[in-house]
Amino acid sequence: MDASTHPAPAEAQRHIAVVGGGPAAHRLTEALISRDPAGLRISVFTEESSAPYDRVALSRRFAQVDDELLLGDPALWEDPRVQLHTGTAVTALDVESKTLRTAHGEVLGFDELVLATGSSAPRPPIEGSEHIAVYRTLEDVDWLRRRAAELGEELGRPARCAVIGGGLLGLEAAGGLKGLGAEVTVVHSRAWLMNAQVDEYGGRTLNRLLEQEGYRLKLGHRPSRLAVDLEAPAERSRYTLEFAKSPDLPADLVVAAIGITARDELAASAGLDCAERGGVVIDETCATSAPNIWAIGEVASYQGISMGLVAPANAMAEVVADRLSGGAASFIGFDTAAKLKLAGMDVASFGDAFAETPGALEVVYADAVGGIYQKIVVTDDATTLLGGVFVGDASPYSSLRPLLGRQLPAAPGAFLSAAGGGELDLELPDDAQVCSCKDICAGTIRSAVAGDETTPGCTDMAAMKSCTKVGTQCGSCIPMAKKIMEAQMLSLGLDVSKALCEHFGHSRAELFEAVRATQLTSFTEIVSRFGTPADAQLNLGCDICKPVVASILAAQHGAEYILEAGRGTLQDTNDRALANMQKDGTYSVMPRIPGGEITPQKLKVIAEVAADFDLYTKISAAQRVDMFGARLEQLPQIWRRLVDAGFESGQAYGKALRNVKSCVGSSWCRYGVQDSVAMGIRLENRYRGLRSPHKMKFGVSGCARECAEARAKDVGVIATSEGWNMYVGGNGGATPAHGQLLAKDLDDATLLRYIDRYVMYYVRTADRLQRTARWMEELPGGVDHVHDVVVKDSLGIGGDLEAAMAKHVDGYEDEWAATLRDPERLRRFRSFVNAPDAPDTGLAYVIERGQRRPATEQEKVDAAAGDGPVLLTGPRIPVREEMAREDAARAAGGLDPAQAREGAPVPNNLAAVEGRS
Amino acid sequence: MCQVEDLEPMWGEAALVEGTQIALIRLHGETIHAVSQWDPYACANVMSRGIVGSKAGRPTLASPIHKQPYDLATGRCLSDEALQLRSYPVRVEAGIVEVKV
Ligand SMILES: Cc1cc2nc3c(=O)[nH]c(=O)nc-3n(C[C@H](O)[C@H](O)[C@H](O)COP(=O)(O)OP(=O)(O)OC[C@H]3O[C@@H](n4cnc5c(N)ncnc54)[C@H](O)[C@@H]3O)c2cc1C
Ligand code: SF4
Ligand code: FES
Repeated sequence: MDASTHPAPAEAQRHIAVVGGGPAAHRLTEALISRDPAGLRISVFTEESSAPYDRVALSRRFAQVDDELLLGDPALWEDPRVQLHTGTAVTALDVESKTLRTAHGEVLGFDELVLATGSSAPRPPIEGSEHIAVYRTLEDVDWLRRRAAELGEELGRPARCAVIGGGLLGLEAAGGLKGLGAEVTVVHSRAWLMNAQVDEYGGRTLNRLLEQEGYRLKLGHRPSRLAVDLEAPAERSRYTLEFAKSPDLPADLVVAAIGITARDELAASAGLDCAERGGVVIDETCATSAPNIWAIGEVASYQGISMGLVAPANAMAEVVADRLSGGAASFIGFDTAAKLKLAGMDVASFGDAFAETPGALEVVYADAVGGIYQKIVVTDDATTLLGGVFVGDASPYSSLRPLLGRQLPAAPGAFLSAAGGGELDLELPDDAQVCSCKDICAGTIRSAVAGDETTPGCTDMAAMKSCTKVGTQCGSCIPMAKKIMEAQMLSLGLDVSKALCEHFGHSRAELFEAVRATQLTSFTEIVSRFGTPADAQLNLGCDICKPVVASILAAQHGAEYILEAGRGTLQDTNDRALANMQKDGTYSVMPRIPGGEITPQKLKVIAEVAADFDLYTKISAAQRVDMFGARLEQLPQIWRRLVDAGFESGQAYGKALRNVKSCVGSSWCRYGVQDSVAMGIRLENRYRGLRSPHKMKFGVSGCARECAEARAKDVGVIATSEGWNMYVGGNGGATPAHGQLLAKDLDDATLLRYIDRYVMYYVRTADRLQRTARWMEELPGGVDHVHDVVVKDSLGIGGDLEAAMAKHVDGYEDEWAATLRDPERLRRFRSFVNAPDAPDTGLAYVIERGQRRPATEQEKVDAAAGDGPVLLTGPRIPVREEMAREDAARAAGGLDPAQAREGAPVPNNLAAVEGRS
Repeated sequence: MCQVEDLEPMWGEAALVEGTQIALIRLHGETIHAVSQWDPYACANVMSRGIVGSKAGRPTLASPIHKQPYDLATGRCLSDEALQLRSYPVRVEAGIVEVKV
């Protein structure tokens, strides 16, 4: 960022220089600014070219090329008190004169200096190590991703990758590369993976889990040399990792993740005390051996240890922020809790995982067959929690971690979920830390629920996260935070947003299951069984629960017409008229244009209909044409013409699949690798009409250039040379979210199967008006859980979900064609019960850019007073007789509807009348 | 104005009475309510296309545009005191619905 754009205020200030721009530097800056300091100027120097990003989330970048890994609110770097110097390494420090020198040769003075230079990823000290890649920065990941793709293309087979190091970082790197289609071997010097966090039994369980997932393991050996043959032909590999006592391992790409090396070179050359094993020595206030110089994060060494985790880095940043603001905070030690972020691998440990505390007792559940290991470590009297290890099922982790060092509320065995221990209701004390990344305690969450004069209470996780920052880094604490929030809401007498409304005490998902189990088919039956009160005479429902019930019934009895007797009255405003109501009570009409593909002939029909009915016409955001200003009684006539021309309802009015946006794909595009239009049409025709908790949008791109923006959709499909990658949970709109990768390189059939399962699972379990992105955010386990259910069928409901979808697909019928067939259904489109074709006389329009739009109230008033624009009001053409004639002609057999219309063309020109409203 | 049978239970219909637009709502059975068709908040003639429901046991009609609920018996808006629908007396004589404007 250019410093000159935000000149710092001129008066004398304390200048705080921060060297390094990782998470620790970010947290420090954020904490200082949040104290709203006067007379403070902060300069942050980072050698990387981007602003501080969330290194913890680095693996996301494997799947999502443009994920910026944002850390907090980027507006922090716009604050006039902060100057961020990217691409600027600090090369020297002078403790005496309190100056620093940058790589650009500038010399700057400081009052306080904070070292936050982090660490670097070392390579093993073997011959050929310069050919080994590492995994630490954005650039590293981008390079690995590019390289794996290049290799795949060059070699015409999946790249063989060797990852040296089977710890947290190594496994993450292995997962990222495997996700890119590579064959991965993990080389680890010990007998079991993650030996720093997990004991032998857990580690061996983890070994097996990885092997089952298709990773190869080479355990118990360290490489002795990397042999390089850059000219090797494709069948062989360029590299060979050699071992002293074990066969060689050929590889096309070698990555090391064997630990961290503190970047203390700057401190060391400035004469600061450094620890034997690396790192700048700090005391509990984060002060170094030199006055006014502090160190935080991975570069700091406390009691001889540099911790490679973000929670201690954040804690140290808070201490220094407090000290620099005149406080007396100190650092009390490390939270070493860690959870592996690898899809489908549930591994976590915290506290004294190895039961090293004298007298410690271990309570263990081990199932080598099922691949589950859970262990809780307690004091010798079995009352106080000391630590735990979880492999294969880490569900107790997030609730137990905050209880570290505290009394357990029940016998330890009760917390082993795999052994049948239930989820106990844990009443955490206010000062128990729930989120170690952001240092949030249970009490903070509880007070956020209540809110105060300035901030409204938080009653859902989205609000809770943005208000307290809980769960916004590694995310492992979200299930626990949610539980605490809901318990607090209950105790404050707040509706834990589960109940739909006063008429039902159930959530949408609960009601869905209840209705499915009881096979009820009408609102009255459902109210009489589940309503509050369960009395269909008194409980008439409302605008919230009635559409929910309509959607549940529609999803379960897809084959039936949505306005069928009894259910028509449940529908929301738009569904009721099979069109979208606009502000003046008229409707818009949007026929389905699958995949956005349309012939000129059909486009012409749209143009004619729009012209004949004088509809305001606009291309919608969803690759369709939207026509506005149709009156209720005109809808059947408009749709008759559209249906006759082969159009069907676009369900733009429903909480249903809207459209599948596709790019032109391989049939025309030079870059396309698959036919995205054909797939788009296929998906749209498969899922059209399915009623869901909220609207759904899909996208299909023909290659990785992603012109269809599929990753901003609920289901995004992106072509690869092998097939399709499937992304889920994307969202545009007010709170954008990128879709997350669910599965790669799928063939057509598997893709459809996974989408069937995904969409049906969403339809069954999401809350009312919850888009897939929010649904997955709230779902315990998030995308990993969805992956388990959809890809691995962990709940064993895959077949059931597919069958439910098949029922929908088979039963699909266009709602407008079904309406037009039946005079009883058409009756609902009369404008007045006693004057079925009389138009609403209150409508008034103004011409703008050659089309009409509703007049504003002011314009109506002005026109009535004789000054103001000319208004168009009062359509005059009754249309009913003519429709009746057509219907009669049809019934009589075979008269072409176009002919029937001919005698009475349908001009709908509005009479220009001055000022009548 | 129309037959009771012309009205479907729980489904509103508009009617024109001497140039005035009203919304007719038939509940379960033969109870019929008539309120003004004009939505005072959205400024549009749409109330008959609203959503029929109940609040604490009293029948309501929610605007189809912004969903404010109105008490069908009195026309009073239950979420915003400033809003009010006109309500009209309704009578059913020999299967014929009559409304007094
Ligand atoms: C792939 C990966 C996954 C991880 N997952 C987790 C996890 O799940 N949980 C967890 O707790 N931790 C995790 N970590 C560790 C976590 O990212 C680190 O603990 C954290 O980044 C430390 O922050 P830091 O600011 O101290 O150092 P860094 O993040 O290393 O940042 C230091 C920055 O300073 C810059 N710099 C260094 N020297 C200079 C100089 N002289 N001048 C200017 N700039 C300089 C560096 O380029 C770097 O940008 C993970 C790390 C990686 C690499
Ligand atoms: S995503 Fe690829 S195939 Fe589709 S239009 Fe863009 S470049 Fe072409
Ligand atoms: S513990 Fe990492 S985000 Fe809360």
